[in-house]
Amino acid sequence: MSQVIESLAAASGEQADDRGAIARRLARELSPYTPRLVRAFGLLVLSAGAQASAPWLIGRAIDQEITQGDRAGLLWTMALLLAVYLGGMLATRAQVMQVGTVGQDVLASLRRRLFERFQRLPLIFFDRRPIGDLISRVTNDVDTLNQFLSQGVTQLLGSFFSLIGIIIAMLVLNWRLALVSFTIIPIMLLTTSAFAKRARRAFRTARETTGNVTAELQEEISGIREAQAFNRTELNIERFRQRNAANRNANVSAVGVTSGFAPAMDVLSTLATAIVIGYGGMLVFQGSLTVGLLTAFLIYVQQFFRPIQLASQVYTQAQASLAGAERIYAILDEPIEAPDPTGTLELQAVRGEVTFENVSFSYEPGRPVLNDIDFTIAAGQTVALVGPTGAGKTTIVNLIPRFYEPDQGTIRVDGTDISQVTRRSLRTHLALVPQEPFLFAGTIAANIGYGREDASRQEIEAAARAVDADRFIRQLPNGYETLLGERGSGLSEGQRQLLAFARAIVADPRILILDEATSRIDTRTERTIQQALGTVLRGRTSIVIAHRLSTVHNADLILVIDAGRIVERGTHAHLIEHNGLYAELYRRQFRNARTTRETSLEPEAQPVGAPAS
Amino acid sequence: MIATLLVSVANLATPQLIRYAIDVGVNEGERRAIWLAVLGLFGVAATRGVFSFLQTFLAERASQGVAYDLRDRLFGKIERLSFAYFDQAQTGQLLTRLTSDVEQIRTFVGTGIVQLAAAAIMFVGTLVLLIELNWRLALASLLTIPAIFAVLFRFVRTIGPLFGRVQAILGRLNTTLQESLAGVRTVRAFGREPHEIRRYGAVNDELLAANLSTVQAFGTNFPLVFLLANLGTLVVIGYGGLEVIAGRLTIGELVAFNAYLAFLLFPILTIGFQASGIPRAGASALRVFELLDEREDVRDAPAAYALPDVSGAVEFRDVRFRYPGSASETLKGVSFAVEPGQTVALLGTTGSGKSTLVNLIPRFYDTTAGAVLIDGHDVRDVTLSSLRSQIGIVLQETLLFSGTVRDNIAYGRPDATKAEVEAAARAAQADDFIRTLPLGYATVIGERGVGLSGGQRQRIAIARALLVDRCLLVLDDSTSAVDATTEAAIQEALDALMRDRRRTAFVIAQRISTVRDADLIIVLDDGRIAARGTHEELTRESALYNEIVGSQLLDGTAADRSEVIRA
Repeated sequence: MSQVIESLAAASGEQADDRGAIARRLARELSPYTPRLVRAFGLLVLSAGAQASAPWLIGRAIDQEITQGDRAGLLWTMALLLAVYLGGMLATRAQVMQVGTVGQDVLASLRRRLFERFQRLPLIFFDRRPIGDLISRVTNDVDTLNQFLSQGVTQLLGSFFSLIGIIIAMLVLNWRLALVSFTIIPIMLLTTSAFAKRARRAFRTARETTGNVTAELQEEISGIREAQAFNRTELNIERFRQRNAANRNANVSAVGVTSGFAPAMDVLSTLATAIVIGYGGMLVFQGSLTVGLLTAFLIYVQQFFRPIQLASQVYTQAQASLAGAERIYAILDEPIEAPDPTGTLELQAVRGEVTFENVSFSYEPGRPVLNDIDFTIAAGQTVALVGPTGAGKTTIVNLIPRFYEPDQGTIRVDGTDISQVTRRSLRTHLALVPQEPFLFAGTIAANIGYGREDASRQEIEAAARAVDADRFIRQLPNGYETLLGERGSGLSEGQRQLLAFARAIVADPRILILDEATSRIDTRTERTIQQALGTVLRGRTSIVIAHRLSTVHNADLILVIDAGRIVERGTHAHLIEHNGLYAELYRRQFRNARTTRETSLEPEAQPVGAPAS
Repeated sequence: MIATLLVSVANLATPQLIRYAIDVGVNEGERRAIWLAVLGLFGVAATRGVFSFLQTFLAERASQGVAYDLRDRLFGKIERLSFAYFDQAQTGQLLTRLTSDVEQIRTFVGTGIVQLAAAAIMFVGTLVLLIELNWRLALASLLTIPAIFAVLFRFVRTIGPLFGRVQAILGRLNTTLQESLAGVRTVRAFGREPHEIRRYGAVNDELLAANLSTVQAFGTNFPLVFLLANLGTLVVIGYGGLEVIAGRLTIGELVAFNAYLAFLLFPILTIGFQASGIPRAGASALRVFELLDEREDVRDAPAAYALPDVSGAVEFRDVRFRYPGSASETLKGVSFAVEPGQTVALLGTTGSGKSTLVNLIPRFYDTTAGAVLIDGHDVRDVTLSSLRSQIGIVLQETLLFSGTVRDNIAYGRPDATKAEVEAAARAAQADDFIRTLPLGYATVIGERGVGLSGGQRQRIAIARALLVDRCLLVLDDSTSAVDATTEAAIQEALDALMRDRRRTAFVIAQRISTVRDADLIIVLDDGRIAARGTHEELTRESALYNEIVGSQLLDGTAADRSEVIRA
């Protein structure tokens, strides 16, 4: 398990170079909001101006009014100060709203685009990626961006402008004292960058260990049944304890670095105050500075540290959010399924003829899974795919709805090349019951009706009756309105297969694909389903994969697949005659059943009610 | 706490030094006073630096300890909860509690509590100093404080529920996401992408609206608080200026006063910020403790003893079982006994209670009534660990962990040697296909074992159960996705294993061919034993059994029959 995490970490490390490009791209996200951002910018300048001018007014009040005893002037200056404060507040407020809404809009748009991209990515994309990782990109990564865009950017810009305002004000008021005060800036910048470097390293370790903890948790929680079955409880707890402790230690050392930062800045800021008091005091003695200006300087020096502190915080945030943005863009840049070429046709009503013409396919280059598959299914026929596990049966049926695109060859429905029609129109004529049915958290009725939005309650119940699911559904506390848990928890696997079956029937397809759709269903229920299907399937083409040969022997055509090739084809009788792989599989399965048959053929042992088989 | 106190004292000393410098130094022309003040400021800064470092560091370290403990306890809890809990729980929800909820609590403990304490000390200290300095000016400047509190109070009241709403919508958004990803094939197969996009879009819009409300709340309230704070400064300079003119205050005092006002404001802002965190941390704590308090309904009895090595006799005595929240019993009085070394096959319709029955043996659930005994020991009287260490099991749903094939097979015995792992794989008929994988046993298989076919995954799960080599073996429909040839080979390997050491085995299967050779076949129907016996006995006596057998045979055409017999 650790290898996966390491390789993921390595992969993300490799791409960690082009931060500039990512930042530019992020900036481009903002271009639709230019008018709002320009307004925000103007407001920012206003509020920075207000912030910079207030101490100057205070200084003036002390020098020109308080020390001179000018009460009326003092009140006037105070009125002016009030106006400045009010203006500053209104500007800040308007600016926060502008930037905040832009940030939220960008995030909502990123989330929507990620989701839409997921809906359009080829299925092969999902085969090797843990769902947890994909989810994390939409949640954690968008969230880091959220913090940066909604708070960071405002703070960063705000700080920048305040800093400029303050520096200008200080230089104008007394350039000598200003320059002396500025001597602290290089020290501060050096300290900040030293801290930032160490903090980044410490936080990278901390993030990695946090990732390990989350990955371990995700897997252990979904594998909890295995853990208990294999008595791994204590071992798992111990192993988690180690990861958990590593995470704690990494965080504590990261905190060791960051807790030093604020106090260091604090010491430097007091140092600056001391410089202003010391040198400023001297200047006052010499008469080149007033007490009021000294006070104003003291306020400025204090204010001037905040933006720099903020900027360094935001810098860390920016690093994290760039890493997040990179992971988001990695998904958005992932090539989607080859788009339907322009002028593609909608596949109109079909009869249901399916043809594979010399189809070859591989999931990874150089490891072919299907070789030269070639067959035709006439409309309305039932075809069974039979063969050892891993032979490629599921892969064949996954090519029909274009879940994957063949490397070579053509697949036709009613003679139309399916790569020439839109996927949507193709899939409306198909329904697939997969090996592992997926149920959504929601009511049973909604799950059965998933394939057709306009399915009526009668149709849903009729489909459930057809697959003999109606009986157990009615026994549930709320019948068809019973809410299913995650992935249909609360039902046995056989019951889940029945619901998936009913879902396919509601979808009313011309072509029905059953991939081991009844493997978990007991044989009696299966027989009921088959009888029902006799009616339901009339006139439909169906493709059936099954290991239980009793399920497939009635097929119009049986294709025997081995190692990605069709090795035998024909009807049941024909294949038994041929005495090849199929006959061998068949004999294996019925080796025991034969004895059963002979026993049940004895008249006296024939129990009442047993089928006359 | 001591560090906090010292930092506060150091903070409070700063304006006093400034006042001293201005009043004594600048105004009265005492150069020495300025240098003294400068020195004093250095001293104060150094003290404050050291102690505020200690304060932050110690608090953060403590908070990391709290997070570690909570996670450790939560994880231990989760590992020990019974299957009944996981039948209802959602993975995402549990994960959220161990990650973001714990993080919320940690943040509050790490920064919140210390900052609140520091804020309170600073607030009271500053207040006392201000009143002592000039009580009239103090009262005048404090006029804005109640207004600030009022605004903050309103803010906290609005933002608390708002954050709650954001979290709730976020939860729904992520559930939608998780589902559409896990069920991506189903979505595609039925062409429901537009529906999923609409569904996600709707929740996303809701989230946007909720987030914009929080932006609004911050945007409205915080500038207002700053304005009120600045009004305090205005009052100090304005009214204080008049006082200086009237000769009741020195300029140095005025400047110091202004500095103190900032100290007064800072704690209030902190309290405001942290106060908005209290409902959040509170909600998280509630969720965390809810999980910690979850009853372990399957746990060691107080006087539990270790189950001695068993021979494998299993008895069910009038066992009844009802799933929590279910209206009817799944098992309605099941009694049977199995001799050591016997193979028991369970047959029955979907939902008849087969899996439930075998899940009671390792105590994944406890019976509602009746008892399960192994070698005469009630499974509830022995320790869980000693019980489960004697049972090998293949669960119905095959879950493989992301890791190598080898790690997956050795899951139950991480210390197994390479030879042992490969022997188990061979017995499960998995060795051949494993060797064709790119890296053989070292191949990493993805989440949920994607990349392998259903049958291949089942074979790895069987190898996993064989490797632990237990006296009791439970196979829950473990070959349903395997073709007949492979199944026969697995069956032969299992038979050999059973002969080689007497093992009791419970086998659930749909195919008669799988169960035919069992010593005892139990046919379950709606939670009751409908028939029991060997294949021969059942064929003679049980209509239900014959019906099941019949359903697996081909349609009774003469041609068919002769073929089978010829074959």
